[in-house]
Amino acid sequence: MAVGAEAIFGDSVVTTKLDSAISWARESSMWPYIFGTACCAIEFMSVASSKFDISRFGAEVVRFSPRQADLLIVAGTITYKQAPILKKIYDQMPEPKWVISMGACACSGGFYDNYTTLQGIDSIIPVDVYVAGCPPRPEALIDALMQIQKQQAQEESIIKDRVNTEFKGRLDV
Amino acid sequence: MYSHFDKKFGDLYTKDINDAFVIEQTFIKAAIKCLKEEDDFHFLIDITAIDYSKFAKPMPTRFAIVYILRSKEFKNTITLKVFVEEEEGALHVETISDLFFSANWAEREVWDQYGIKFLNHPNMKRVLNHKEFIGHPLRKDYPRTKGQLCTKTDDLMDEMIPRLEQKGYKSHEGLMFLNLGPAHPASHGTIRTFVALDGENIVSAVTEIGYLHRGFEKACEDHTYNQIIPYTDRLNYCSAILNNVAFAHTVEGMLGVTIPERAQFIRVIIGELSRVIDHLVCLAAALVDMGALTNYWYLYNPREAVYDLLSKLTGARLTNSYMRIGGVAHDLYDGFEEDLAGCIKEIEQGMSDTLNLVEHNRIFHDRTQGVGIITAEDAINSGFTGPNLRASGVAYDLRKTNPYYFYDALDFDIAVGSVGDVYDRMMVRFEEIRQSISIIHQSMKMLPNGDIIVNDRAIALPKKQNVYNNIEGLMGQFKLIMDGVKVPGKEYYDAIEAANGELGFYIVSDGTGTPYKVKVRPPCFPAISAFPDMVEGGMIADAIISLSSLNIIAGELDR
Repeated sequence: MAVGAEAIFGDSVVTTKLDSAISWARESSMWPYIFGTACCAIEFMSVASSKFDISRFGAEVVRFSPRQADLLIVAGTITYKQAPILKKIYDQMPEPKWVISMGACACSGGFYDNYTTLQGIDSIIPVDVYVAGCPPRPEALIDALMQIQKQQAQEESIIKDRVNTEFKGRLDV
Repeated sequence: MYSHFDKKFGDLYTKDINDAFVIEQTFIKAAIKCLKEEDDFHFLIDITAIDYSKFAKPMPTRFAIVYILRSKEFKNTITLKVFVEEEEGALHVETISDLFFSANWAEREVWDQYGIKFLNHPNMKRVLNHKEFIGHPLRKDYPRTKGQLCTKTDDLMDEMIPRLEQKGYKSHEGLMFLNLGPAHPASHGTIRTFVALDGENIVSAVTEIGYLHRGFEKACEDHTYNQIIPYTDRLNYCSAILNNVAFAHTVEGMLGVTIPERAQFIRVIIGELSRVIDHLVCLAAALVDMGALTNYWYLYNPREAVYDLLSKLTGARLTNSYMRIGGVAHDLYDGFEEDLAGCIKEIEQGMSDTLNLVEHNRIFHDRTQGVGIITAEDAINSGFTGPNLRASGVAYDLRKTNPYYFYDALDFDIAVGSVGDVYDRMMVRFEEIRQSISIIHQSMKMLPNGDIIVNDRAIALPKKQNVYNNIEGLMGQFKLIMDGVKVPGKEYYDAIEAANGELGFYIVSDGTGTPYKVKVRPPCFPAISAFPDMVEGGMIADAIISLSSLNIIAGELDR
């Protein structure tokens, strides 16, 4: 038995929680910014092209301005020289925002354990999902995207602020 | 071959065991000048340095600089070596950047990595490491893992202001400064070009690289030869197998082994397939940068078919590590030929779909013809190789001039352009895809049966069956894994024609299983150093398309 607004207007109205409605919209239209530096960026090209087709998950609107994006995909090795740029781009993205660290280099430096490679981007910016692989297969990146969608559906609320104030990276002063 | 050089400098040089001409520091510039102007060594391949401080044999000085030049017909190579004496705590050598444009960045790299200064160099600053970096990482006393945090990006005004002054701009009024990259969709990874704009025209440009410098050469110094192969995958990640081949080929040259014929043919077939997919991604990206997105799907999807084939063959889509020192990792699988034929069909379909759209397309012609021109002379002077040089009309292809494997028995043409603009560079690549497909067809017909790796216990791993069932096999496996392939003490340069041009390795061995030093000669590095001159005077949109037509791959550019 319908109650409230649904009893009056019939099937033309659906009542739900505001959180669910907004999460539903968010998770179905992630706008990624690709911080592609190396081999992983080539695999991202596969994710975006027709065989794997990221648009099946609503995330094909790849933005090249951080101001218009809410999902940062760090695809590739980040060096010390690159780190301030990554941080700047992350800071320029509006809240709420999510970060995927794609591939071994972004997660931990991978097998580049040396004087020039940052040993994991999580020492600069906070990361939501890590994807293993060198480079990960396209399916792995799609899985990471689905994980973020799941997080959005289950954990996020518009009342709760998503801004992570506790995170202190090496470049935060 | 070097008769004038011999006449003038005959008493001044000595030839060392590696056939390098060791010459005194004070005469080096004159010697190179003589080689260039009188003996027609027109092409500077590379400059690098060696730090001998931990070398097994004593050397006259700690540092040596090595110059590798190639003759006009691209057949002969000459190596010059200078032992650098320390003067009042500093290391100095006269620059040759006024003789060869490509020496400019090569010398900057030597300064950055080894701390050897070049006198009278126009712009002696770091090129790979960041501005705040202290020390010189390829010196043997620099710890491999000592990272240094970079807090601020270089504003590049120290390079921009003199360039503007050279062009007669005293004040910056009316000019707009803009960064193209490093985080820019058309920057192909991580290349940064800082431009001064007058309206939409580029008045002056400065290119900065090094954003993907990930220490390949330092990493090589504590890995065995076979362990380095996965690192080479990630140099030019669009055609990983060709990098594997280049490295393995160089090491095999040092060992003096010839790999079995079947392995050579497999290298040719898979190598040419890699060249095809490298060109596909370059062309796809270049057309996207022009706004022709449909072609991206036409050209990129055949790559997926090739990825499937490579996954079956090597276990990985992109970073294949398919070569081993002495041969290849596995034999071709059953049904390879059918899969290959399927891939080639898709590639040909994608190519013809694309060419139908662009070949006679007015917009495509207007955007690419006469844009980003580099003349043959400038291209050689800047160290261009591969399709970029051939587009300027120079028929230089290592597969023809210095044939390796069975390239001299295969029938194929070198595609050359006439103008050296974006159009030529793209069309040369289209034609090279056709030629590569023809090479693949011919090689598949000639493919012999037999071994795929040399039958030598000191180089190739024993069969798994022997490792598990007899002590000799087990020991062989253990020795080779722990110590690596022992390469005789040599200093050696060799190169193959990779998708982007001459991909060479200069390896110094001290007789152990780990190289003492490895230097890559990436084809992109010289190409990008000439980029600012190519785009000045044009519009921003032309700069974008010029960059994509050069096919700069950051992995091999920055190493």
